[in-house]
Amino acid sequence: MADAAVVAAAAAGAPLLRMRDIVKTFPGVRALDGVSFDVNAGEVHALVGENGAGKSTLMKILAGAQPADSGEIDIDGKPVVIDGPKTAERLGIGMIYQEFNLVPDLGVIENIVLGVEPRRGLFLDKPAAAVQAAKVLGELGIALPLDRPARRLSVAEQQLTEIAKCLVRKARLIVMDEPTAALTDRETDALFTLIRKLRAQNVAFAYISHRLEELPRIADRVTVLRDGKTVETRPIAAMPQDDLIRLMVGRSLEAHFPELPPVPADAPVMLDVRGVSAASGVHVNDVAFQVHAGEIVGLAGLVGAGRTEIVRAIAGADIPTKGEIAVGGERVVVRSPRTAIRAGIAQNTEDRKSQGLVRGKTVRENTTLAHLGQFVHRLFVDKRAETKVTNTEIAELRIRTPSAEQTVRNLSGGNQQKAVLAKWLIGHARVFLFDEPTRGIDVGAKFEIYTLMVELLRNGAAIVMVSSDLPEVLGMSHRVLVVRGGRIRAEFARADATPDKVIAVATGVAA
Amino acid sequence: MADANLPGASASDAAVKAVMDQRADEAAAQKRRAATIRTAGLAVGFIVLVLLVNSLAHGNFLAPGNLTNVLRQITLNTILAVGQTFVIITAGIDLSVGSIVGLCGVVMALVANTLHLGGPGTFIVTLLVGLAVGCTAGFVNALPVVRLGLPPFITTLAMMLIGRGLAFKLAHGEPIPLADSSPFEWLGTGYVLTDIPGFPGIPWVVVVMAVVVIVFAIVLGRTAYGRYVLALGGNEEAARLAGIDTRAVKTLVYVISGGCAALGGLLLMARFGSANPQNGTGAELQCIAAVVVGGTSLMGGRGTIVGTFFGALLIGVLNNVMNLLDIESYTQQIVLGAVILLAVVLDALRKRYLAAR
Repeated sequence: MADAAVVAAAAAGAPLLRMRDIVKTFPGVRALDGVSFDVNAGEVHALVGENGAGKSTLMKILAGAQPADSGEIDIDGKPVVIDGPKTAERLGIGMIYQEFNLVPDLGVIENIVLGVEPRRGLFLDKPAAAVQAAKVLGELGIALPLDRPARRLSVAEQQLTEIAKCLVRKARLIVMDEPTAALTDRETDALFTLIRKLRAQNVAFAYISHRLEELPRIADRVTVLRDGKTVETRPIAAMPQDDLIRLMVGRSLEAHFPELPPVPADAPVMLDVRGVSAASGVHVNDVAFQVHAGEIVGLAGLVGAGRTEIVRAIAGADIPTKGEIAVGGERVVVRSPRTAIRAGIAQNTEDRKSQGLVRGKTVRENTTLAHLGQFVHRLFVDKRAETKVTNTEIAELRIRTPSAEQTVRNLSGGNQQKAVLAKWLIGHARVFLFDEPTRGIDVGAKFEIYTLMVELLRNGAAIVMVSSDLPEVLGMSHRVLVVRGGRIRAEFARADATPDKVIAVATGVAA
Repeated sequence: MADANLPGASASDAAVKAVMDQRADEAAAQKRRAATIRTAGLAVGFIVLVLLVNSLAHGNFLAPGNLTNVLRQITLNTILAVGQTFVIITAGIDLSVGSIVGLCGVVMALVANTLHLGGPGTFIVTLLVGLAVGCTAGFVNALPVVRLGLPPFITTLAMMLIGRGLAFKLAHGEPIPLADSSPFEWLGTGYVLTDIPGFPGIPWVVVVMAVVVIVFAIVLGRTAYGRYVLALGGNEEAARLAGIDTRAVKTLVYVISGGCAALGGLLLMARFGSANPQNGTGAELQCIAAVVVGGTSLMGGRGTIVGTFFGALLIGVLNNVMNLLDIESYTQQIVLGAVILLAVVLDALRKRYLAAR
């Protein structure tokens, strides 16, 4: 009985949410390595970290979208098992993803009550739904066009609909992933006002953001994650921005990377990008830079800054609307990936699953896909020649596969990435675009890919590398360009590129 | 599976390469062995089944005349299914092939009746015009698919209606008899290899079917174009980023399908000496069934022409056997439906088994 009393007493002062020692492993990566995180009732607790630090994974576990491998979660001091989104909802946890989960063709009311529709017998009770929605929105003091389908709402209106959706479900803790990423300044102000209002009503928020400068305005406490571990939790008042950046990045850069050979003083310009604009996703705006033979230029910036879009425009994956591109001094009209490849541009895409590989096909078929013409003799594809070349690449890249006939799907992440590389190495590319070349692969394979990049440099290639892993950009680039809003905002030589300078520009703290 | 060794820590490239070559040979040999065993098993099972059926049908099934009959009966479906296989591998579908059969037949009959070239000339010009119409219809099918990203289900459904309507309009709703069917008789009713005693010979249509199957099996399995079709079906964006002209590759699969349908229209016209605008009604679903039973994935990326041939053969044999056993036609439909369902369920289970390993 005494024990029960102790438990009850602890529960009384317990935080609303406590996550302890959460571990989550994906094939090849330890995404969360013993993370702890707690939120008090009526608190806004910010969660920050570099891309890949584990924020989203942690929140997905909380929302029941993914199970944790191990660790404990308490709500109101009582241990709970969150085995699915429904359970999370029942426990009072609301989740608002960066990509909203609204049904585009349903109206605001229908979206708000989706899954918890009031019924009368067998039928939907539409008036009751309207009353519920109006009540929640009224309490928030916001007006939404109730009958308008979600697809015709502005981003801010969709977000408000999502918040109302959480409140109809009686959420006591709302998780928001990058809520201000797509909002204007005015909309952001309105959102913050709303969050403060709800906080006063004892609703708690877990708030993920890359925009460090906005945290003092909205957060009570901040927790920094790095490499799947909790680094530190502090009241926001006791966390100056410099500290925050240092804690986010703080990792020794040496020894992870091979030595970069210096760019020869007389190295010719291999890739010349002049005033390129493109309109796809994030708009690429008037981007200009040069890369010399034997040089790696790193594109740094936050997710959604437009780095991938810049690379896609150069590679012809999106067609540039303006500007010129020259390879080895010759102007190239990039109208498709095909024309870019002919000009000697090879693009290692960001997402190897959806863009880099035909995963149901063999290593051989993937390796030769972009240069199949080389293997055609008298109309037919010469499979022996294909196998020979593929085996050479398997040996050179040390792709760990039982044979060239293995289906790519069955390879580990690092080896899949090498298979993508093999595809471009058998051609005659002079410009290599690497978009997140080491995402989701283990340290050993990372080092091998860096070594390969250095080898390409020695052979006179020019490399553009996009990476969200800041140490990687800094460790593997001769020059770093910082991208924000589809434009290049700053350029740093290797010696000047420090993490805090780069992050400051990338997050908009510095111009 | 971890990438444990860093470069420099393991054997030289040459040694690794030698090992890889050896492994590739071994893997290939192992695949061949597995394929042989599987084929042998299937063959034994098939023979037992055939003997059983044959005895049930009082020996009528294995009569030489009946076997060529089966092949003759599956000709149209096989040829349509070959074209359909290409479309389905790209994760598309072509619902218009049945109507194109009817339309091309009517157009070819009209052309043949206005030509006075005599014999082979009439035949060749008629065939070329028919192929042109079929391929054009396929091209029109593809245009909104590759340019606007519309679902092929809709564009080919529209073509199905348009093609059938055109066929009836051009034919004024009546079958068009050939004024002179002589240039087409060899194809419609002729046989080759008739001079072997005790052997009825092989119908020309079966030869045509065999040529179509072999040619397109080689196109899909051995040429760069075939590889691109498979790659596009497996991952269209990856194929595009690898520099493949995915629009052209995709357009061509619909053109091939339309061309195959035109050929089907010719065969029917040659067989009956007239072109009925109703020809090919429902053929699109028959050939899709053959393709699916033949192991081609409706999700795209996987499939073979030889598989499709055996799919069509299986359905044809089943129909034939049920006829020989005097099973009424309603029951036949039920059995056929069940077989198709069984085929895809087995395929799904096989995939699940492979994924779980």
